Amino acid sequence: MKTLTQILNQKVEKKEPIIVAYIMAGDGGLDKLPETIQFLEDNGVSAIEIGIPFSDPVADGPVIQQAGLRALSQKVNLEQIVEKLQTVKTTIPLVIMTYFQLIFHLGVENFIASLENTPVKGLIIPDLPYEHQDFVLPLLHKRDIALVPLVSLTSPKERIQQITQNMEGFIYAVTVNGTTGTRNTFGDNIEEHLAELKQNVNLPVLAGFGVSTLEHVQQFSKVCDGVVIGSKIVRMLHEGQKDELAKFLSAAANLR
Amino acid sequence: MAYQAPDEKGFYGSYGGRFVSESLMNAVLELENAYRKAQKDPKFQQEFAYYLKDYVGRETPLYFAEQLTNYAGGAKIYLKREDLNHTGAHKINNTIGQILLAKRMGKQKIVAETGAGQHGVATATVAALFNMECIVFMGAEDVKRQALNVFRMELLGTRVESVKNGSHTLKDAVNEALRYWVANIEDTHYILGSVLGPHPFPEIVRDFQSVIGKEARAQHLEAEGKLPEALVACIGGGSNAMGLFYPFIHDQEVKMYGVEAAGLGLESGSYAASLAKGKKGILHGAMMDVLQDENGQILEAFSISAGLDYPGIGPEHSYFKELGRAEYVSATDEEAIEAFQILCRTEGIIPALESSHAIAYALKLAKTMPANQSMIICLSGRGDKDVDQIKARLQKEGKK
Repeated sequence: MKTLTQILNQKVEKKEPIIVAYIMAGDGGLDKLPETIQFLEDNGVSAIEIGIPFSDPVADGPVIQQAGLRALSQKVNLEQIVEKLQTVKTTIPLVIMTYFQLIFHLGVENFIASLENTPVKGLIIPDLPYEHQDFVLPLLHKRDIALVPLVSLTSPKERIQQITQNMEGFIYAVTVNGTTGTRNTFGDNIEEHLAELKQNVNLPVLAGFGVSTLEHVQQFSKVCDGVVIGSKIVRMLHEGQKDELAKFLSAAANLR
Repeated sequence: MAYQAPDEKGFYGSYGGRFVSESLMNAVLELENAYRKAQKDPKFQQEFAYYLKDYVGRETPLYFAEQLTNYAGGAKIYLKREDLNHTGAHKINNTIGQILLAKRMGKQKIVAETGAGQHGVATATVAALFNMECIVFMGAEDVKRQALNVFRMELLGTRVESVKNGSHTLKDAVNEALRYWVANIEDTHYILGSVLGPHPFPEIVRDFQSVIGKEARAQHLEAEGKLPEALVACIGGGSNAMGLFYPFIHDQEVKMYGVEAAGLGLESGSYAASLAKGKKGILHGAMMDVLQDENGQILEAFSISAGLDYPGIGPEHSYFKELGRAEYVSATDEEAIEAFQILCRTEGIIPALESSHAIAYALKLAKTMPANQSMIICLSGRGDKDVDQIKARLQKEGKK
């Protein structure tokens, strides 16, 4: 069994851009989840971030907020989502993205134990900063599940060292000061920031928040190892634009 | 052992902390740094004291409510008159302190959330005073309920953003204020209005509001030659209660009562009583007692009083409850409205609906205490903002 770090590093070695697709579990009904995962895998994504719907998603912009509300209106909960993931057969790694409250509510230990027979190889918990990662990290080591560190544009240099060392999976480089969601422009220094980050860490660096066009994918893949694409995919899936999405993802995966 | 909280990670026992995204981390660390320096800087303390005295109008009276005492028939009741502050509530104690911190950090813009609009008005006021750009997020439902306060903020030069996410109330306004803060982190300070949010906010707000308890303690000692047997304050997030309680923390003989909003009743499903009905969880950057459903999703709170309408509670209150240092009780909408009218008629004071919850419980408590004992109620705000709502309600019930 390969770890998330090993799987993504294979891509890095082959100089292929890593494309991580974000979806909201339960948007359109939980039964659609395995099918959507299969669809994304078929179209060349490297990993899938499974978003868990939450009532108060402060890191998310309007598209993912709405998707979360749609999922919640279907009464989807974290336990059911994990149960569903236990039935999923996929060759690409899954990463769960959830606010800490939902894990804490289930009990951190219970939650992590329940991931045993799933393809989940990583966790992203946006509101669990480095200072509080002991709530989760000690329980992950035995299980080869990565706790993905987020680095923001405002993280000072020394802090970046501190929060990324000894971590696994990839570095989630947040590209904007703000919430998730489609953007037309990024800060002037973004490429420099990503390149510097890439130089200073040992894990694959993926740019996320606002990535929505092939130009973005190209721009970021040149300076780091790939991207996370969220709101755009969530919106296209919701609006039933599967053909267009398939084209977009295949094109992104084949950029060099 | 002397009470010492929070610890260096911002925890009060197992409550509190700073559960925020990495994008906010630098800002909260910067704030903590600025606050530690300010605490040690006599100039900052002098400036804060100056504005509290000359601008806010402190100290506020500790008023012996003789008529109310007679009405209840028991312990002597004192009212700490935070309603007499500039802008009509205790909220400005904190906004003065925080805008002085913002100035020291070189921030030019202010963002805040508001429920009833009292904190929004207090923030808009200090933003005007210090010539800073200000934006206040307010739930669309509250914008409707508290139209007068929206206009007051606009008069003061603040932009009020109506929040149409979620339940359109305070919780959603905080979400939106946090989102705005992340997007404008370089030049903006978030003036959080209660003892909530990521460390160091609960500590900062507690300390700035502690002026209430420090004054009240000295005033009561002077009036009675002893400490009071009880303190009573309403609790939404819990800032006026913490402000009153904290300076009495080591006075073990002084009992503390925090009064939560029971809305339509604790068995009704419609309440804002996070300590009575919530469970430990994380909301808006802190671990505390939170109203949540069986899946851990945060529930909407319900109270007639917009200022108590919040599903969480300051982490230090959760800790006080665990330690048994304070007792947490509740009052329903109905009890608050009755107490509101009682204070109007007995003392000629129109209290805020929030504070009316404290009065409602205090009346019950006073009866159980002998006449040689005394209590302090924090009258956290005045009720002008609530009279339309009370009028509509009493007319509907055919009582007026």
